[in-house]
Amino acid sequence: MIRITTPLTNDVIKSLKAGDSVLLTGYVYTARDAAHKRLVELIKEGKELPFDIKGQIIYYVGPTPAKEGQPIGSAGPTTSYRMDPYTPLLLEKGLKGMIGKGKRSKEVIDSIKKNSCIYFAAIGGAAALTAKCVKSSELIAYEDLGAEAIRRLYVEDLPLVVVVDSNGNNYYEIGQREYLSLCDK
Amino acid sequence: MPFYGKEGEFMRTIHIDEIVKVVRDLCIEANYYLNEDIKNAFLKYKEEENFKLAKDIIDILIKNAEIAKNENMPMCQDTGMAVIFVEIGQDVHIVGGSLKEAINEGVRRGYIEGYLRKSVVNDPIERINTKDNTPAIIYTDIVEGDKLKITVVPKGFGSENMSQLKMLRPADGVEGIKDFVLNVVKEAGPNPCPPIVVGVGIGGTFEYCAYLAKKALLRPIDKRNENPFYAKLEEELLNAINSLGIGPQGFGGKTTALAVNIEAYATHIAGLPVAVNISCHATRHAEKVL
Repeated sequence: MIRITTPLTNDVIKSLKAGDSVLLTGYVYTARDAAHKRLVELIKEGKELPFDIKGQIIYYVGPTPAKEGQPIGSAGPTTSYRMDPYTPLLLEKGLKGMIGKGKRSKEVIDSIKKNSCIYFAAIGGAAALTAKCVKSSELIAYEDLGAEAIRRLYVEDLPLVVVVDSNGNNYYEIGQREYLSLCDK
Repeated sequence: MPFYGKEGEFMRTIHIDEIVKVVRDLCIEANYYLNEDIKNAFLKYKEEENFKLAKDIIDILIKNAEIAKNENMPMCQDTGMAVIFVEIGQDVHIVGGSLKEAINEGVRRGYIEGYLRKSVVNDPIERINTKDNTPAIIYTDIVEGDKLKITVVPKGFGSENMSQLKMLRPADGVEGIKDFVLNVVKEAGPNPCPPIVVGVGIGGTFEYCAYLAKKALLRPIDKRNENPFYAKLEEELLNAINSLGIGPQGFGGKTTALAVNIEAYATHIAGLPVAVNISCHATRHAEKVL
């Protein structure tokens, strides 16, 4: 198991390969559909974003409400393809990593490769387990969006799998192909 | 309290307060606790997996269910849109207010008091969060007897978005059905958090077919269709899906689906509707008979 910490350096990003299991520690920012729409509108209007995305990681998550004394409720990944229309622009502007689950478009994978970024999958459906990795949560913007607001989370040993690495290799294709070729033997 | 109508027949009365409480509790129960049939399927498939991450993923999902149960928290952050099936015995008289309002009040309380996520927006285009997860999707069915059965299905949209419906031609037959179901699962790939449960509706009309597919997800996954033909088709489809190689989370492996549940109904001479409702590994549902 590979342990990595944020902010991710270019050397770390380049060293990670599609299919690697990693444990991530450090700050990540939450954003999903509605927050992405607003971020991209701000960029297009030439306005400042509510946080500096340069070198950062966005986690596609809309957590359940936290119970008293806890930083967060259940907090697994949401499906990433819904953010595809917004992603290349964010990567152009310096975003380095994304955590979600599921397939990305060709445009997103090309942009990951071009900008030397990385796409991780968290374990979809394992949201109670994931919540245990979140040590703090701080509201950054868009409180009106409720579960979709942007929050800064500090995570400790968050289990992830590298799906698209900085060379554009896609583990959803590689893993399935390897499994099927083993079945043929 | 029994109620006697004009003709003196027996009617059982159920107060809406009881319905509110039951819906509230079922919303929470379905979201916190993994059903036994799914747990058993995990243990079975775990033994059959030997490819890289597949066994680990199943282990993580088992561990997740244990944490959720022990700490009384939702298994998944997408606590769904509440789909409620109500079977109303024809000898039941509901008193104290509107059944529909009672169900929505139960959903409201369950989602607020159970710390569940409010994921419902008021309108598909305006998209303002209703902040209490209402309105629910409510299906009522009148049946014989004096009982009232309530089933709550919190449906997450990671899997709901991967569902499809197609109006096949009668000439497409069983092969057409198989091709369509397999294609839906293939297109979904890693998106709906495999291992998935596949609900299939065959027959009826356009909308009834989709309803059947949803209803198929209520059946425990260790129970096959009572009709031997469809029971066999369920097995064949499951084997075909688990030969695709998608595997847990789409990282490769055998366990793409835990089960295929089919519900069929009469249809028109010109039609063969097929609906595929994809559900995540948890396929949450909880029921209670009043």
